[in-house]
Amino acid sequence: MSDLVVNDVSMVFDTPSGEQVHALENVSFSLKQGELLSILGPSGCGKSTLLNIIAGFLAPTDGTVELASTEIHGPGSDRGMVFQQGALFEWLSVAENIGFGLTMKGTPKDEIKKTVDHLLETVGLHDFGEKAIYELSGGMQQRVALARCLANDPDVILMDEPLGALDALTREKMQGLVLKLWKETGKTIILITHSVEEALFLGERLFVMAPRPGRIKKEYSLPFAEAGVTKDPRDVKADPDFGAKREEILNMIWEMEEEIMGQAEE
Amino acid sequence: MSFIQTLKQSVGLSTDGLTKRKTVTFGDTTAVGNGRFWSIISVITLSMAWYLGSALELVNPIFWPAPSAVWDQFINISQDGYRNFTLWEHVWASLYRILVGFALGCLIGIPLGFAMGLSEIIRGWFDPIVEFFRPIPPLAFIPLVIIWSGIGERSKILLLFFAALWIMVIAARAGVGSVKLSKIHAAYSLGATKRQILMHVILPNSLPEIFTGMRVAMGICWGTVVAAELVAAESGIGFMIMAASKFLATDIVILGVIVVGVIGYAIDILMRKLEDKLIPWKGKA
Repeated sequence: MSDLVVNDVSMVFDTPSGEQVHALENVSFSLKQGELLSILGPSGCGKSTLLNIIAGFLAPTDGTVELASTEIHGPGSDRGMVFQQGALFEWLSVAENIGFGLTMKGTPKDEIKKTVDHLLETVGLHDFGEKAIYELSGGMQQRVALARCLANDPDVILMDEPLGALDALTREKMQGLVLKLWKETGKTIILITHSVEEALFLGERLFVMAPRPGRIKKEYSLPFAEAGVTKDPRDVKADPDFGAKREEILNMIWEMEEEIMGQAEE
Repeated sequence: MSFIQTLKQSVGLSTDGLTKRKTVTFGDTTAVGNGRFWSIISVITLSMAWYLGSALELVNPIFWPAPSAVWDQFINISQDGYRNFTLWEHVWASLYRILVGFALGCLIGIPLGFAMGLSEIIRGWFDPIVEFFRPIPPLAFIPLVIIWSGIGERSKILLLFFAALWIMVIAARAGVGSVKLSKIHAAYSLGATKRQILMHVILPNSLPEIFTGMRVAMGICWGTVVAAELVAAESGIGFMIMAASKFLATDIVILGVIVVGVIGYAIDILMRKLEDKLIPWKGKA
């Protein structure tokens, strides 16, 4: 099984001004294959640093990250990434973007075409393969980004605010797509977001992180993602329990932000 | 009515219905038409002034020849040539020089700019050189290249290579700098190797900047080659102008100036068309 184990990871570095930043301190958790984790926290809580360490773009100062019992030392196609915006290749068509990873591996053309056609269907873009990236709306571009990531069949998908740049209506639709892909593909997904509602809806597990030093402050196990697969998202979000959790987490984050402001004034 | 409508449109006078309803248009640049109608008037007026000025003998033709005289020279030099070469051979001599010099400048400048964008050592090593040579007008090197390689083809091409080189280095370096980190990270996560990232991400991503550099370099090269030929050459459009001026053949001088202008404009249009064709995503990402 391709479990992801984050073991006592710390990240301390000096800024050019000589200040020491504790971006992460002793963060540990493990994810079973197929788990959906959302991470939430005020800016500076180290959530992006954590994602970059798992992706292999940063080496932690302490601790290890293991995927399928193998320690991670750099980026690899077993961990796909979906970024907020602008990570698609504008000089390639939609189909070429989705097939990029396979093309780089030297996969035969007809095999690439089969995979790409299937994924275009999966993300609801089946007539858009030959379109240019700049001809698509923001939501469609993120569909391409998801498909491009899935084409490589990674074990883990890391999403760095994937829906952050979309308008509210498109965002709701895309949340449904993320859930659908999660269920259909059985991938492990880690999703960073700024939206409390999104974190609640798109997380079987949810970490609320706190800054200075960056750490996991509270962990939740949630039923909403599972419910969202079959039920109407509107109904899930209207659940009183959903609302109560949202208020609880919002309060927690506001307290943290006030604390940060207080420290800044000192 | 529809005929008048079409006529107005073809001279660029049409304003759309929404613009007509706008109560505030000063400062709203979307409400300013392209003014093609006034461009036509402007060209006609200037041509008439030139023609009438000559026809009424307001100016001495030695200083300002009649349009007909320039036209006659155009036909004449196109067919019989001036100083051993026809007009087109002069034009081609100049174009050939800039094409070779420009191509060499791209060939060396683009890889160097890439290397400067990607490596601290190479950036540090070449930064003082680039920064020193970049602000020097290429024309300032004319005496030097004449001392080095005489007044033949080699000196022209060397000069134009020099003119294009720094522009292309800076354009390529800027292109590398413009690549978003998320694109690079995405490519690594998709399993691309360093070499693949260079060829399939960094290179195509920097094409808009490189193309802008090419357009600027072509413009500078055209200006430089004409000036270099004015100083010393045996053929070329600049040489033709200079040779004619020594004999007060002002009609040929004016013809040369017009040809220089038209070709410079044509080069720019061509580069723009190429850009639209090759980099359709530019400015839309």
